[in-house]
Amino acid sequence: MIGRLRKNRWFPAALGLGSFAALVLLVELLIYLDVVNRYVVPPPSDVVAAFPRIVTEEHVLSRFLLTAGEALSASVLVTIFGVAGGVLLYQFTLLRQATETWVAAVAAAPLVLMYPLYLVIFGRNATTIVMMGFTAGLAPVILKTLEGLVGTRRVLINVGRSFNLTPSQQFWKILFPAALPTVFVGMRLGLIFALINIVGVEYLINFGGLGQLINDLAERFDLAGTYAAICFVILVSIIVFMLTERLERWLRPAG
Amino acid sequence: MAETGRLNAPGSVTGRGQDWVQRHPVTALRVFIVVTIVLAWEALAQSGLLYRDVVPSLFRIARALVQMLADPTFYFHLYATFYEIAVAMVIGCLSGLVVGIVLGGSKLMQRAFEPFLYYLGPCPKIIFFPVMIMWFGVGPGSKIAMGVVSCFFPVALNVAGGMREIDRTLIRVGRSFRANTWQMVTKIYMPAMRHPIINGVRLGLGVCLIGTLLAETRLSNRGLGFLVIQAYTLFDMPLMYSLLIVLFVIAIGANTLIGRVGGLDDIRRS
Repeated sequence: MIGRLRKNRWFPAALGLGSFAALVLLVELLIYLDVVNRYVVPPPSDVVAAFPRIVTEEHVLSRFLLTAGEALSASVLVTIFGVAGGVLLYQFTLLRQATETWVAAVAAAPLVLMYPLYLVIFGRNATTIVMMGFTAGLAPVILKTLEGLVGTRRVLINVGRSFNLTPSQQFWKILFPAALPTVFVGMRLGLIFALINIVGVEYLINFGGLGQLINDLAERFDLAGTYAAICFVILVSIIVFMLTERLERWLRPAG
Repeated sequence: MAETGRLNAPGSVTGRGQDWVQRHPVTALRVFIVVTIVLAWEALAQSGLLYRDVVPSLFRIARALVQMLADPTFYFHLYATFYEIAVAMVIGCLSGLVVGIVLGGSKLMQRAFEPFLYYLGPCPKIIFFPVMIMWFGVGPGSKIAMGVVSCFFPVALNVAGGMREIDRTLIRVGRSFRANTWQMVTKIYMPAMRHPIINGVRLGLGVCLIGTLLAETRLSNRGLGFLVIQAYTLFDMPLMYSLLIVLFVIAIGANTLIGRVGGLDDIRRS
């Protein structure tokens, strides 16, 4: 019986979701029995009931659009400057040798800690949030663009040369299309880094869309609303992550 | 021409300089970039184009850095942050290791529960901070919890991936020796997964550092994150730049150190 269940393709997903539902029910029961303090962990039923409230009263959709707009602006900047930076490092080998490790070090640095500095430079407004997202997402796009261009197969470059392509044609017809899947991996990473930092900075500086909503609700001690808002942000993150993953798979060459 | 030849003659200072640049072009370019940035920064600081102190002179930043490093209270805050990160790393890495081994050791567990980790991993963890304050209070507990939540995901996902990469022969050898679960973990799984574990710890340390320090900037009265936000509140820009320099040096240094100790550089080179 268990062996047959294990082979069923839906069983693992059902087990995962079932375990999650069981955990939620257990928390509800523990709160009902006063084992867990409801002023620390709100009953899951209250959290579910808070969803319509935060959608209508807290204008979650307009906040979502604001965060999405900030993420889009940061992504456009990251794409323009990141891809241009990667191409620049590819074109000038000496510059690449001198600075590639620096870019990698920047990618590993906790750049989000610079948000107080950005607050001073740009003020407490959307520009700070967008610039923070841009700063966080730039290095991965540069590195992945460079990796894609460097990884172009020799045979493709030789085909371009045999057709006597100009450097510009060689780039647009051979190098860039060959590097595009890897460039997109970088853009996806850049978007995720930007989104994480944007929501984080919104929460930290109490300004903007979804991040500010969590802060607002927490400061009002609306526990059920805070948990519901956190669930909403997680849901948005998962959807964005899944969409970009699908797009990346679609762009990746078969085989 | 004759003049140029005389100036660049072998043995002359200019000639030796050119030789050095030709022999070490990468270092020369690096020096050039650093010098250009320093000069541009200093010019911007002196120009008055930006609000006063937004871009302070490098001399003032250096002085603030020296004063900060000479001040004993800095080490109190450094210790507070170090303690929070160390505890968070121990809890996060151990729990990530256990969960990763469980998920990686069973196809059913992997398919049932790994998607939760995979999709929760990239979420902005700082949004959990209000919940952590409710659960663990406003003291170091909530910062440690933020570090644990941040560090758990990369470690668990890397270990789970590493478990699936272990050579099946090694596992069969362990089973043929009738090794129990503890022996399998310590004698087979852990040594075979050394590199994925180190990689997970390296990634985990980076995000743990961010999670803990951001939590300190939000609500704390100790730690380097608290010092950064205090410098912002007092508009002490040279001190803020000094703190950011120290934080970046610590983060990048720890990242490199773990990579070196774990032999990740050797893998890349081979």
